[in-house]
Amino acid sequence: MTNAVEIRELHKSFGDLEVLKGIDLDVAQGEAVVLLGSSGSGKSTLLRCINFMEEPTSGRVSLNGDLIGTEQGGRMRYRESDLCQLRTRIGMVFQHFNLFPHKTVLENVMEGQVIVLGRSKAEAKEKAMAQLARVGLEEKAPEYPARLSGGQKQRVAIARALAMDPEVMLFDEVTSALDPELVGEVLKTMRQLAEEGMTMVCVTHEIGFAYHVANKVCFLHQGQILEQGAPQVVLKTPETSRVREFLEGHSLFKLPE
Amino acid sequence: MNHNWNFASVFAYWEVLAVGLWGTLVLFVICTGLGLSGGLIMGMLRYSKSRWVNYPARLYVEVFRNTPVLVQIIWFFFALPVLTGIEVTPFLAAILGITLNTIAFSAEVFRGGIQSIEREQWEAGKAIGMSYGQTMRRVILPQALKRMLPPLTSRGIEVFKMSTLASVVAYPETLQQAKLIASYEYNPIEAYTVVALIFFVVLLPMVQLTYVLERRFGKSDA
Ligand SMILES: Nc1ncnc2c1ncn2[C@@H]1O[C@H](COP(=O)(O)OP(=O)(O)O)[C@@H](O)[C@H]1O
Ligand SMILES: [Mg+2]
Repeated sequence: MTNAVEIRELHKSFGDLEVLKGIDLDVAQGEAVVLLGSSGSGKSTLLRCINFMEEPTSGRVSLNGDLIGTEQGGRMRYRESDLCQLRTRIGMVFQHFNLFPHKTVLENVMEGQVIVLGRSKAEAKEKAMAQLARVGLEEKAPEYPARLSGGQKQRVAIARALAMDPEVMLFDEVTSALDPELVGEVLKTMRQLAEEGMTMVCVTHEIGFAYHVANKVCFLHQGQILEQGAPQVVLKTPETSRVREFLEGHSLFKLPE
Repeated sequence: MNHNWNFASVFAYWEVLAVGLWGTLVLFVICTGLGLSGGLIMGMLRYSKSRWVNYPARLYVEVFRNTPVLVQIIWFFFALPVLTGIEVTPFLAAILGITLNTIAFSAEVFRGGIQSIEREQWEAGKAIGMSYGQTMRRVILPQALKRMLPPLTSRGIEVFKMSTLASVVAYPETLQQAKLIASYEYNPIEAYTVVALIFFVVLLPMVQLTYVLERRFGKSDA
């Protein structure tokens, strides 16, 4: 079976600063991968290179067997229209939700379907309501985002991404901006998605989520993957002292025995 | 100070004043219409990433923002015909001065409004596959316009008052017509008082309307 995401020899620099230094990563279809690592290790950048919110400096990214971009003179070239098309196949959820404040919840979830995918309003509305039901927020459809709690906003953001029928979902610290009592509802939604077989790549500091939900965890350090493997292995018996220190220093480090 | 107020000497010329008010309205409608739409375009050019586009736009904005409208009107009326051979009527000079200035002003409002929208909104549009243009049109502009509404409406009101500057080239707007009346009847006190009253009576409801608009449009945000 082809991998949902395949990343090979990925490098990314911002000016002189090399942030990703040769990443190889496979995400199988239906797999949930969690990226761990301290702040500034390059997790967000890696995630954003998957849907080309950032263009890699070099390396290759494939989505379900389709190599992104075309090779020209030993370099990958990307056309903006191809990247827009690619992004419709990948959902992304952000730390700060980034809902459209001038649109209702329903309109938020319909927008991409109508404007980008060209679906009819009726079809988009039906799909939007189905996704809102999936995240448990059907009754909020007519509200404006300002009226929602952080947890609800984030679930709407998830529904907005899901409504595009993505092949992969990317989550970048989606619970970090939430009050502690609202984290659970969002993690529950993500867990449910994983159980339904959605392919996901998640940056999170929720070690418990990584332990219980992920099929694979990757530990990033200074732009490289230091360790990767099943969460029961990497989180319980890390090979490197770096990972051990990270886990010990982590306030949320409480694994079941 | 014992002035014998004689407003009848002004109102006897109500037809002259009506012509003036009409002239004022025409200037207002044309200058705000052209000024705002031109400003939107100029604001986009100003926001462009290409230097070849945004430097000339910037030069334009700075020239017109930093010279008085009154001077521009006079310049267009007296200097432009001599320099170019184009005939410039008082009407055209007034339109040029006020419109070009309004374009420069609203270009800055548009640019500032667009820039005030958080980068995250661009990202959200991009992440669901929207192009630059789609994100601008569907996500950024609607939010930016809401924030631009107060400065733009107050500019509209400014333009209404600015139209009196056209009297310097004898374009028949309200002030110019009152000047005429005052010179026939030697009643400048009454004539100019009436001008002030006319502006007040027209503008007061307009300003109230803008408050309503701003409240209506400011709703979904919080
Ligand atoms: N757009 C950018 N321009 C310049 N530097 C950036 C940019 N985005 C991220 N960086 C830098 O790249 C490094 C990794 O950032 P990031 O991927 O956000 O790390 P993480 O998500 O693991 O905290 C940091 O040093 C950050 O300052
Ligand atoms: Mg990050």
